[in-house]
Amino acid sequence: MSEPTKYGPALLLPGEQIRITTNPNTEPFWEAAKEHRLTACQCANCGHFRMPPSAYCPECSSQDVNWPTLPGTGAVFSFVVCNKNPANGEDYVYVPVVVDLDGAPGARLNANVTGCNAEDVQIGMKVTVDWTGIQDGWVLPNFRKA
Amino acid sequence: MAWANQDKTAIVGVGATDYYVRGKSWPRTINDMAGEAILKACADAGISIKDIDGFSYYSTAGAGYLDKFDTASLMETLGMPHVSFSATLTSGGGGCPGAIGLATAGLVNEDCKYAVTVMALQQLPQHRLGVVFGAAVPNAENSFLQPSGLVGPGHLMSMLTRRHMHLYGTTQDAFGEIVMATRANTHNRPKAVRKVPLTKEEYDASVMLADPLRRLDFCLETDGAVAVITTTMDRAKDCRHKPAVVHACAHGGQREWGRAFAWMGMPDPHFASSGHKFTADRIWNQSGLCARDMDVALIYDHFSPMVLMQLEDYGFCDKGEGNDYVLSGKIRYDAATQGGVNGGVPVNTHGGNLNEAYIIGMTHIVEGVEQVRGTAINQVKDAEFALVSGGPASLPVSSLILRSA
Repeated sequence: MSEPTKYGPALLLPGEQIRITTNPNTEPFWEAAKEHRLTACQCANCGHFRMPPSAYCPECSSQDVNWPTLPGTGAVFSFVVCNKNPANGEDYVYVPVVVDLDGAPGARLNANVTGCNAEDVQIGMKVTVDWTGIQDGWVLPNFRKA
Repeated sequence: MAWANQDKTAIVGVGATDYYVRGKSWPRTINDMAGEAILKACADAGISIKDIDGFSYYSTAGAGYLDKFDTASLMETLGMPHVSFSATLTSGGGGCPGAIGLATAGLVNEDCKYAVTVMALQQLPQHRLGVVFGAAVPNAENSFLQPSGLVGPGHLMSMLTRRHMHLYGTTQDAFGEIVMATRANTHNRPKAVRKVPLTKEEYDASVMLADPLRRLDFCLETDGAVAVITTTMDRAKDCRHKPAVVHACAHGGQREWGRAFAWMGMPDPHFASSGHKFTADRIWNQSGLCARDMDVALIYDHFSPMVLMQLEDYGFCDKGEGNDYVLSGKIRYDAATQGGVNGGVPVNTHGGNLNEAYIIGMTHIVEGVEQVRGTAINQVKDAEFALVSGGPASLPVSSLILRSA
């Protein structure tokens, strides 16, 4: 087997190239992000977390939701090392991660991780939320090595 | 319990265009290529295009995901006098072999007599599948995925692969073996896109596109069209070739997989899987068979690790044992004995999506038909049962067991 690649620092994709949209189910998540408050959609009836936020609780069918303030920490569940900026194809090292969110069992976010070299990211690595301004005044939760 | 429709229908005709490297099929149009595949499938079956009265699509009747098949346009182009069944499975390529089950539903319901399943793919620069997730206009759902820069299916599949490596110690060597073992099956196939045998050194030198996956772990990007015709067994007996009997067919999946890598919410062990366990269990229950009963396995290989994870989900080996199973040579085809290696079941004797062509799963059905007819280029001796799988992707995924008549 060949030697693992040395990539260097894991970068954030530039916020100015990122767009999102919302709907009435997801908007509270993004409004909280604007205030740098990490939340997740929780069923107000049975307590089950679901992300992305959706119209019904898949466990109990309730439509009532809570938006608790989470600690803003989590752990890397899996990751990929990418080496081209998808906006222009230029060399650019970034690491998409799937993060298990502390305080919200079962809820995950997909984001970029920074604060270490790409080759040093590991499953189970503790991370903390890091806010990135994106298009149209929205704010995206990314993560930094804790 | 045996499937109510077991052995009641058969695939009787297969047809395909040449396979073109992505974008090279122009100035042919997508209906030109689809028409060629359908007409060739009719000729192969020994029926007239005028006999076709059913359409059973998958991928939401998508032609290459971004165009749409329209039964009315195909009728207008090809002149079928009437159509009495026109239906599609939802979602994407995962439904490919499941479309034969849909055709069976139309046939046993006596809605139609001959049903065609077709896929045509033309990836012009504005219609490239490899960036389809990133090119999508933001919506409320994908706003939780796209911003992370997971823009292509390969990025998404890498995420599952990394988790599999973490949980089970799976190695990139196994992915390389999958590519090399199936590449070894294309040197004698005139239409295959990649025919030159691959060495481990060449695999290891392949550029890393989405670590842990290299360019050679990604399937080909192909233009072309493939069609197959399904009919009832009584009609199949009058067709030109030995029928490829539809012995079992299922589509679907379970909530823990759901939107899968477009979601990333799958709990272990579903996350590091192909999402096929539910459907695999269904076809084994339908047929009373198991993986070891298959003479050949045509496993959807858009990305090499997904072959390994399907081998686990279908029970060719236990969960977490895919690495050792693959590395022991058990997916290889031995031309000298016309059989498997080291007690394994030959996988993708046609070279698969990785080496022959990628027409969103249809080439796997064609190979399954040729194997149970006994006319495959890399024929497995006395092949009685062929497994064909589709996906892994957002539900439904699907699979099919073909049986020699």
